[in-house]
Amino acid sequence: MLLIIILSLALAGAVFTKLSGDKLASKVAFLFSGINVIATGYALKLASLGEFAQLQFASAWITSPKIDFLLNADGLSILMIGLTNVLIPLIVLASSSRKLENESSYYGLILFMQFALIGVFAAMDAFLYYIFWELTLLPIFFIALFWGDGNKQYRSKVVLKFFIYTLAGSLFMLFTFIYLYQQAGSFNINDLYALELSNKEQYWLFWAFFLAFAVKIPVFPFHTWQPETYTESPTAGSMLLSGIMLKMGLYSMLRWLLPIIPTGVEAWTPVVITLCAIGIVYGSIIAFKQDNIKRLIAYSSLAHVGLIAAGILTVTKAGFQGSVVQMIAHGFNVIGLFFVAEIIFRRLGTYDISKMGGIRALAPKLTTLFFIVVLASVALPSTNSFIGEFLLLFGLYEYNTILAAVSGLTIILSAVYMLRMYQRVMLNELKSTITAFADLSLSEMAVMVPIALVIFACGVYPHYILKVAEPALDIILKNTLR
Amino acid sequence: MSLLMNIFQEIPLHNYLFLSAILFCIGVFGVLLRRNAIIIFMSIELMFNAVNLLLVAFSTYYSDSGGQVFVFFIMAVAAAEVSVGLAILVTIYRNLHSVDIDELKSLKW
Amino acid sequence: MQLVYLLILLPLIGFLVNGLFGSKLSKTVSGWLGSLVVLGSFAISTKYFLDFYTGSLAAPIDIKAFEILYFQNISIHFGILVDQLSVLWLMIVTGIGFLIHVYSIGYMHDDENFSRFFAYLNLFIFFMLLLVLGNNLLVTYAGWEGVSLCSYFLVGFWYKNESYSNAGKKAFIVNRVGDLGFLLAMFVLLYYVGSLNFSDLKAEALGGNIPSNVALAAALFLFVGAAAKSAQIPLYTWLPDAMAGPTPVSALIHAATMVTAGIYLVVRTNFLYDLAPEAMQVVAVVGAATALFAATIGIFQNDIKKVLAYSTVSQLGLMFLAVGVGAYTAAVFHVITHAFFKACLFLGSGSVIHALHGEQDIRNMGGLKKWMPITFVTFLISSLAISGIPPFSGFFSKDEILAAAYEHNIGLWLVASLASLFTAFYMFRLVFLTFNTNFRGTEEQQKHLHESPSLITIPLIILAALAVVGGAMGIPEVFGGTHWMKNFLAPVVASGSGAAHAISHSTELMLISIASIAAVVGIAFAYFRFVKGGALPLKDGEEKGLQKVIYNKFYVDEIYNAIIVKPLMTLSSLAYEIFDVLVVDGVVNTLASITYWKGKQIRLLQSGNIGFYLIMMVLGACAILGITIWQL
Repeated sequence: MLLIIILSLALAGAVFTKLSGDKLASKVAFLFSGINVIATGYALKLASLGEFAQLQFASAWITSPKIDFLLNADGLSILMIGLTNVLIPLIVLASSSRKLENESSYYGLILFMQFALIGVFAAMDAFLYYIFWELTLLPIFFIALFWGDGNKQYRSKVVLKFFIYTLAGSLFMLFTFIYLYQQAGSFNINDLYALELSNKEQYWLFWAFFLAFAVKIPVFPFHTWQPETYTESPTAGSMLLSGIMLKMGLYSMLRWLLPIIPTGVEAWTPVVITLCAIGIVYGSIIAFKQDNIKRLIAYSSLAHVGLIAAGILTVTKAGFQGSVVQMIAHGFNVIGLFFVAEIIFRRLGTYDISKMGGIRALAPKLTTLFFIVVLASVALPSTNSFIGEFLLLFGLYEYNTILAAVSGLTIILSAVYMLRMYQRVMLNELKSTITAFADLSLSEMAVMVPIALVIFACGVYPHYILKVAEPALDIILKNTLR
Repeated sequence: MSLLMNIFQEIPLHNYLFLSAILFCIGVFGVLLRRNAIIIFMSIELMFNAVNLLLVAFSTYYSDSGGQVFVFFIMAVAAAEVSVGLAILVTIYRNLHSVDIDELKSLKW
Repeated sequence: MQLVYLLILLPLIGFLVNGLFGSKLSKTVSGWLGSLVVLGSFAISTKYFLDFYTGSLAAPIDIKAFEILYFQNISIHFGILVDQLSVLWLMIVTGIGFLIHVYSIGYMHDDENFSRFFAYLNLFIFFMLLLVLGNNLLVTYAGWEGVSLCSYFLVGFWYKNESYSNAGKKAFIVNRVGDLGFLLAMFVLLYYVGSLNFSDLKAEALGGNIPSNVALAAALFLFVGAAAKSAQIPLYTWLPDAMAGPTPVSALIHAATMVTAGIYLVVRTNFLYDLAPEAMQVVAVVGAATALFAATIGIFQNDIKKVLAYSTVSQLGLMFLAVGVGAYTAAVFHVITHAFFKACLFLGSGSVIHALHGEQDIRNMGGLKKWMPITFVTFLISSLAISGIPPFSGFFSKDEILAAAYEHNIGLWLVASLASLFTAFYMFRLVFLTFNTNFRGTEEQQKHLHESPSLITIPLIILAALAVVGGAMGIPEVFGGTHWMKNFLAPVVASGSGAAHAISHSTELMLISIASIAAVVGIAFAYFRFVKGGALPLKDGEEKGLQKVIYNKFYVDEIYNAIIVKPLMTLSSLAYEIFDVLVVDGVVNTLASITYWKGKQIRLLQSGNIGFYLIMMVLGACAILGITIWQL
């Protein structure tokens, strides 16, 4: 029941936000997402105690073809839902200090996005899952299209490209599900897990499935929609995309790809992990010389999620655990980074790094919090992503030493581009063009401080995440290694 | 009632088939050859009714009322469609002072 | 609660208070707060040291606090290990750390970011304690990266200067290369041994459960990490650049403590190295090569801190040589004595720089002993110690290393001796050019010359005193000592350390005399050249031939720039502008354009002619009908 409450809170929030009018919209949205955080907190507590009865819901929906309204949040799902529900109020809060046009639609769409995301993470019926999966695309499309900065005409091109690219990817997934339905006679995930597909089927089904996720994650070389979309979207859009939406792809790889098509995965992992490893180095190297902060973050994100995807595909316990920790870590870190970009944009009106410099002298609070996020991005021990990267790299090491060493280059390369960016933005002499730069306001602190706290909390004591995720990951691992 | 059914059933089915085929072909040729949009509409209705006739005939022949129910549906939908279509035609006529389909070419690309 | 937690947490508290509320505290308060928390840690360290010293604590304290992460059957805890080895490091880190904190109160007094400086120093001490006290490699790694973070902060402390923040960045990134090695070493051990705990690893190693190739891989990977942290070839280039930081930082981090973490790591995992003689060979050769290489560069440097930096690199090379030949105790011994005299040298140079208002070029100094007697005397003592003149502390520790090297391989001994000779020469070149002859700076500077305040001189005096007597910890048997340190460390480095005394006493005496004579020769040469001869280093750009090459540090930085940095940056531009935008995105866009182009053609069918549509419709219906009939 609790799960339904969480899900419907998001939907109700979306409706009420839209109805509340532009003046109240951000407050109503924050209220609903705040209540949802409390509900989610309770759900997380239940999950840590191993009581999942409240987190399941099943109801018949369509009889022919047989589709059930089947929601079930196991340890993995509830963590992802937790990530979503904690990040959404932060995103709302991050936008609220900036005046926007038509705010009621804007915040309504954000909450609607939340609804769809929760659905993706909880749905255990392939058809239902597919509906939620595509549903996420609508709000982000409109958010990116209508509230972005810069040239509208160029933006609509970029956003359309993103939309069609990901939609085309998901189309392959739809084919796969239809095919699987014909084989299994059901969309229920457990029936799909039980399928015994022939090797030949698995070889091509793997790609059909993988393409959908690869575009969403994105894995090199399917990433080219990402940098431009991140650059052109409003910051909340970039946050939703990078913080939560690309986790959908990673989550789905764990939940749907590996256990359903184990032989295909086994056959193709050498290729795909190599792609991921290339993506790690490639994204990092490109990030070196980017002048647009958002594009730099986009390429660094390509590198980071490449590592997560590689870790998942190793099909090792360490890789799985690492991926869960790192998904959560990356969600917080990248949102922190985007928010810093947004803060600077609000004050200087540019994302161009070459026009910044020396801000540290004027904004000590921003400097500290920014640096904490930078540290988390370079995976310094005692920050959240160190735990994630450690486990992921160890998983990769178990799979193949050389791939681990190549992927391990990320710890060097990330230091290069992150510190370079930090230096060019915050250090050195103050740029003469910058006359004033206000330090963080209270509402901006309210976003950055929780992120900083989570960074250290997960970095020092990741035990909770590992414990909650473990049973679910064990089931996936067992089904994949059958 | 059953008497009436019997009478109908005594008429051989192929008569209905021929009639409806003829009606349908008239409709098709009307649609293809005429240029006046209203006439085309009428021809389409003719095709509809050809089909309806066939449905009713088979329905009677097999003593299955499903076909007749279907016909009612078609008639209702056709009526709605005609009213919308005619409304469009009236608007077109007001704007262009013609319902010749060769002149209605602006809906392209 | 265990006292050891307090030992770690005190500096962290200092960091938090100074970091969060520093701007509201007065300079005196934040400075002394920062110093006193370290003093508190020092007091606790002393207690542990005395416990081990008197023997009231024989077994190491090994605490598992809480589980950090686990998977499969592997579990990694946050844990603390206090044993003879870590206690020695604790004493150095907190002891010298405290002195340098006090020194900094005087040195940094005019800086606007005073409290931030102390916050960073405290954070550094915290991470260094974590590094030393970790009972497994992961905790050590956390401290390991933490100290490089603080090094980044402190090197680039004057962040407005771009080259300073570049230096900090460089230090961090080069250390990251080593961190990757460290990480891979952990993976090797986790995979094959299943634990990162030092005690487990040691038990497995001694029990013969670690195959030698695993030990070799782990040892080599660990050495990559150690080489980066301790500035060995080929990863040493960050250390000279790191001199951009304030001088107390150079003394604390880049001379006494952080850079010796590499030695600590190797000594801590000595059981692995014992299983992998090839790895030790590598360590020894790299160490010896670095010792000589850096000493050579040191001869022609004109920046007072750069000379000391290269000297540090060279001395660290000696320590690695010691480790590589199995003389772990000698290495630790030299770490400690080196911490004394090198910290003193750096602080002395800081005192000089302070007096000259930021002047660091020795060509613009000279004759300073007249104005700064205390600085001069302490500097001189430390220079004697580093040159290996008996009976100063450096003499004992360096001789032990040389003896061990001789016993192992005469070539290594030769290289190390040559490095020592160079060391004596360039150190006294530095002393003479700075303190003797006449002042060569501007009149303005001369007017302001003065001895530094007591907050600066007292730490100097204490360190100089330690540099004199520090050798007492390891007086070898040949001089009638018992070599206290060897016995003290015996439980940690049970194996391998006996090597140094396998040679006979007469050989050892001979080696000692050769080393001492070499040091005296070096000093005498410097004396005749710079005091009697009055020679001065050449001005920039006047060097020729080999001298020019050495003056430019063998162009190593330029070579790295040309073969690593530049190509990577070019690659970055190319990868983005050519490959990503044109090729990868080009393929996607081409797909879209083809669809678009085809659509443009097909849409011509949509002519708008209703008659045409109708005919097509009928034809289509007929076609469907036809196909259906044909299929029947």
